[in-house]
This record gives sequence, C-alpha cells and structure tokens, in this order.
Amino acid sequence: MSEELHDVRLSVNGASYDVRVPGRRLLSDALRHDLGLTGTHVGCEHGVCGACTVLLDGAPVRACLMFAVSAQGQEITTVEGLARPDGTLSNVQQAFVECHGLQCGFCTPGFLTTITAGLRANPTPTHEECREMVAGNLCRCTGYQNIVRAVERAAELGLDTPSLVPREGSSTNEETP
Amino acid sequence: MKPAPFAYHRPSTLDEAIATLAADPHAKVLAGGQSLVPLLSMRLAQPSALVDINGLAELAGIRVDDRGVRIGALARHADVLASAEVRRTQPLVSLALAHVAHATIRNRGTTVGSLVHADAAAEMPVVLTLLGGSVEVASVRGRRTIAAAELFLGPLESSLAPDEIAVSADFPALPAGAGVAFEEIARRHGDYALCGVAALADGETVKAGFVSVSDVPTVVDLSGVPAGERGAAALAELDPVGDIHATAAYRSQLVRVLTERVVGSAVRDAELRSREGAP
Ligand SMILES: Cc1cc2nc3c(=O)[nH]c(=O)nc-3n(C[C@H](O)[C@H](O)[C@H](O)COP(=O)(O)OP(=O)(O)OC[C@H]3O[C@@H](n4cnc5c(N)ncnc54)[C@H](O)[C@@H]3O)c2cc1C
Ligand code: FES
Ligand code: FES
Repeated sequence: MSEELHDVRLSVNGASYDVRVPGRRLLSDALRHDLGLTGTHVGCEHGVCGACTVLLDGAPVRACLMFAVSAQGQEITTVEGLARPDGTLSNVQQAFVECHGLQCGFCTPGFLTTITAGLRANPTPTHEECREMVAGNLCRCTGYQNIVRAVERAAELGLDTPSLVPREGSSTNEETP
Repeated sequence: MKPAPFAYHRPSTLDEAIATLAADPHAKVLAGGQSLVPLLSMRLAQPSALVDINGLAELAGIRVDDRGVRIGALARHADVLASAEVRRTQPLVSLALAHVAHATIRNRGTTVGSLVHADAAAEMPVVLTLLGGSVEVASVRGRRTIAAAELFLGPLESSLAPDEIAVSADFPALPAGAGVAFEEIARRHGDYALCGVAALADGETVKAGFVSVSDVPTVVDLSGVPAGERGAAALAELDPVGDIHATAAYRSQLVRVLTERVVGSAVRDAELRSREGAP
C-alpha cells in the first residue's frame, strides 16, 4: 500500500514553503530534510532534550512532537530566523558568545529559541527564573552555568526579537522537495 | 524512531471528528501530542489513523463560574495555568499544573489530554479525583459524563470507549473556608514526580491524593487523623512500588514526609481562607 501524501504549506522564518509529506512526517524532519533548515537539531526524539525546540506563533514547542501537517497555517521560527535581518547576531545569540554559553553547540539551537521566547514573556527574570527558563533543555556538555549566565546577560542587553516579525522584503519561496 | 504510517484526518467540527473516529476502530485522537507522539515514534502504539482535534476551536475555551472550572479539550496546560480566574476559583488546579512538565511542553499539551492519558505519574488525574470532578465525552452515540472515580481503570487506561472524544473536564470550585495544597519531589523541577501529594481540607474532611505512588490515582481519607500521624495513616492505605527512579522504601519515606507537610499546609490554607471569608 502506498502511503497517502499531504500537500502542506509551511511558513518558516517569514517565508513559505510547499511540501508534500506523509502524515507521519515529524515537523523536525520536515524542517531538516524537506526544507534543508538543519539548524533545528534532533537529540532524543521524544520530547525530553529540547534540541528541536522551535517557536510556533512565538511560543516554544518541541518540533519532534508535532507532525508537519499539523503546523499548517502557523508561523514557525527556527534558529535560522533569530539573527537580525542584516545577519548580525540577536542579543540572545550575542550573550551566548560573550558568556561562553556553548561548548559543542548541539543543544544551542533549542536553548536560543527557548530563551528568546522566555525573555519575551519575562524580560527581567531573577536568577531562579533564568534557571527555570532553561530547565526543560538538556546540554550534554553540562554547560548550564554559562548558559544561565547567558540568559542573564541577554536580559541585560534587552529584548530584540527580529525573528518574530516577518523579515522586510522577504520573498515567498515556493519549494517542492 | 519514526512513527509507522497512519491516515491523518484534521476535521473542522466536532461532529465530523466523532464521525471520523467512529468509522475506524483503530483510530486515535491527537490532541497536544506530548504523550502520543513519543509512543508512536517508539512504535509502542500503531494506530491506523489519527484524528487531529487541533482544528476544533470550539474545544479551546476555559469557562469559570461559581460551580467551578470547565476546561475544553483544546485548552493547553499553559492557557489554564495563565488564568487568574482558574487560580481564584480552584487554586489546586493551578498549583498542580505548575509541576506538569516544562513550559515548552505545557504550550502544546492539553489538560484534558493528560486526564484521558491516565498516567498515575501525572498530576491532573489525581487532582480531578481528589476534587471529585468529571470529564464529558462525545461520540456518535451521544454524550455522557464520566466521574473521576470511574475514569481511571489502570496504568495508562481510562474508561473512554475507542469512539469517544473527551470534550471538556470539570473541576469543582473550592468551597468557602476549604483549603488546598500541592507539593512533589522530582529529580528536577518539571520532571515526573518520584512522589507527589495533593491535599484538600474542607471542614472536618481532610483528604490527600497521591502522584506516582500507585497504578491509578489514589485518594486517602485522613479526616480526624491528628497531625504527626497522617504520614503513617496514609502509608497504611498505600503500597508504594519501587522502580528505576526510586526504591519502594524511599518512596514510602517520601509519602510519609510529604503527606504530613502537604496536609498541614492545606489545613492552614483552610484556616486562612475561613478568616478571610469571615465577616
Ligand atoms: C518531556 C515530557 C515531560 C512531561 N512531564 C509531565 C509531567 O511531569 N506531568 C504530567 O502530567 N505530564 C507530563 N508530560 C505529558 C504532558 O502533560 C501531556 O500534555 C499529556 O500527557 C497529554 O496531553 P496531550 O494533549 O499532549 O495528549 P496527546 O499526547 O495528544 O494524547 C495522549 C492520549 O490521550 C488521548 N487523547 C488526548 N486528548 C483526547 C481527547 N480530547 N479525547 C479522547 N482522547 C484523547 C490520545 O488519543 C492519546 O492516547 C510530559 C511530556 C513530555 C514530552
Ligand atoms: S529531539 Fe525533540 S526534544 Fe529531543
Ligand atoms: S553545548 Fe554541547 S550539548 Fe550543549
């Protein structure tokens, strides 16, 4: 029996992509394999590690716990969408550089998306709230101290979330795999 | 770690959803997917079809009145936790929800989905049982209300028929002068509890509900048991099991300590609320 395919329009980082996928295609796989956006990382694939975290209409969710077909009609932001339109780093990314918040970098995309949304919800977190903000993400290099410092530094730098507004002049990409 | 093939349906009305579900005895409902998708990816479940209810905006609401809190099947944990009205009307719901997973999971997971999933390590089934709440379900055969006491049958087993969709859950309001408390021990805040205790003190009646202690949510009546003896009294009614997370002896100790502490807090909360409520 051949598997039924669905035509899905995904809106990612301000561009839209048309893909044809089976119902079981995880959003994380659609982003990486169908769209070529490999910034979203996959660690555990059962919701525990947080490496695949993307923003769905601005709120962080696990891309490995959603099907691409379910994401139709919603705005997705991946780590590729966090930098400023001119390509310079967002404040959260800058804070990671300054505080040595990444070691091997595998977990970093999930931390960056989670913290970007976390600081938008709470721009002036206490130390405890900074820890809580990243508590759902695992870093296998155990770099938590520097990551928490990066959250505090990013809060100091202030909120800039260019990703969450569609980029100026971004064109609509029509892509099929 | 990829799901096996399934037919995907995304109905836009409840009637369409229950008809689609009824048409295939091996279909399953997809709500937030925070428990179902891992089961599919690990191939522990292989339904022939998924009925995605995320398009049913009619199920997204939270209604709060004097009688209590009614939570629609599409309301996310995060929506319920953010509601000041819910916190005021039945504070135990908010207290417990703060311990359900991490914010990212709460953005997608639904409170009603958590009830139907019937995990005894989950917080909300115990809360619904302790408060004497219920779930309303719909199918092509009509609607019915399932009381919490009849909802949880065994590990990950609820009494919904395969063709039924839960449309809402009702958590009764906290009566005037009653008090509640919730606490749990987890290895990391947001992880599943090694042991959790919810308590309700209402006049002479004092009850405690236990998370991660037995196969199904269990409530123990501790009315009339003096402070200092509540931990032992609770333990006499329970048989904590050991697993890779905690030995039976450690879990028993957690039951003893937490019961004392949480029931004490609920009694103090009731005293405080009675004083506030007094003219
Ligand atoms: C890393 C991680 C940590 C977690 N930690 C906790 C925790 O500490 N405490 C806790 O309580 N939970 C925890 N969860 C689970 C989470 O709370 C889920 O939200 C919840 O278990 C299920 O809700 P859902 O909407 O995601 O349901 P789904 O995953 O979509 O469905 C779960 C089951 O319920 C059925 N179902 C769902 N909704 C309906 C409906 N309306 N009608 C009929 N059937 C339905 C589905 O068919 C499926 O069998 C965790 C999850 C993850 C991934
Ligand atoms: S890959 Fe999604 S949470 Fe680990
Ligand atoms: S920096 Fe290596 S996994 Fe986090």
